[in-house]
Amino acid sequence: MDDYFKNINSIVIDVLKEVGNIGAGNAATALAKMLNKKVDMNVPKVNILDLCEVPDLIGGAETLVCATLFEIKGDIEGSIMFLLDIDSSKTLISLLMNGYETKELDDFTKSALQEIGNILSGSYVSSLSSLSGLNIKISVPSLAVDMAGAILSVPAIQFGQISDKILIIETEFSEGADNVRGFFFLIPDYDSYGILLKSLGVTNYE
Amino acid sequence: MSNIIKIGMADLNTTVSPGILTTLGLGSCVGICLYDPITKIAGMAHIMLPSSKNIKNNSNKAKFADTAIEKLIEDMVKTGANKIRLTGKIAGGAQMFSFMNKNDIMKIGERNVQAVKEILRELKIPIKAEDTGGNYGRTIEFHSDNGCLVVKTIGHGIKRI
Repeated sequence: MDDYFKNINSIVIDVLKEVGNIGAGNAATALAKMLNKKVDMNVPKVNILDLCEVPDLIGGAETLVCATLFEIKGDIEGSIMFLLDIDSSKTLISLLMNGYETKELDDFTKSALQEIGNILSGSYVSSLSSLSGLNIKISVPSLAVDMAGAILSVPAIQFGQISDKILIIETEFSEGADNVRGFFFLIPDYDSYGILLKSLGVTNYE
Repeated sequence: MSNIIKIGMADLNTTVSPGILTTLGLGSCVGICLYDPITKIAGMAHIMLPSSKNIKNNSNKAKFADTAIEKLIEDMVKTGANKIRLTGKIAGGAQMFSFMNKNDIMKIGERNVQAVKEILRELKIPIKAEDTGGNYGRTIEFHSDNGCLVVKTIGHGIKRI
């Protein structure tokens, strides 16, 4: 397993897609409860991309984005990141606070976004945990608002130790006419990737 | 401008005056800029990890500080630069997210900067300027006509070093 995506087959992709789908579905339910509104969700796109292609997905390396990062502990270790573009962040805040208009992200709105990230990632992880039967916990979140390239360097570096490619789950939520485009990055450690797939019933991933 | 060369993540390249090398959105990665002031040959590498040792998948030389610097110097010498005249400028190595318990992977920016400095010292390449650390991203532009490094940030101003 020199490069763990080299021999990745369609079964593995399907399993990861399904995990992404269920996880994001739970996250959407959590969001709907929090907003007390109906939230729709598109089928998540699962992408395996070259590291250098990742910033372009979000609109270029210099695009301002908002990201919440968590450490995963328990049976598997690694991190999980939830990333939003700035417009989506503002839309979310407006939905959450009945039309509150954000010009610049300040401490108050950042803290709100951190909490949203926390709830969404928490429900994502708990569905991953119940699907796989693994004990997975997440740490307190850490939020950063900066250039996409700089923020993505964090998961890229963690992935970079084992591969030149990265796994991304893109989900889109919508509430009425408002769209929120978010990205989940599940970044298991080298050993944890195998543990995760095995517990999901994939044995021939190598 | 057509003479701007973009360096991606885990990538490196060289140019001659009046070419400009740029890398967008450096986070915990480090941008290493080397310059020969006589021939005006400039080189830039965007590294992600401090060392290629102990890493199984280390085929991409530009990803690691040790192999990237070696390859960058090799490429610059090939285009006519003199290794003895080379000077360096570095930027990046930020810690984008902060956690209470600082494990190794979170301090990767700091480790990258340390590794780059050590390697350049061993190679006797003086570091003329640096803009490293902090918790914010940087876009850098290295001008081969005068060896000037422009560092742009969101909310932390523009620097020329």
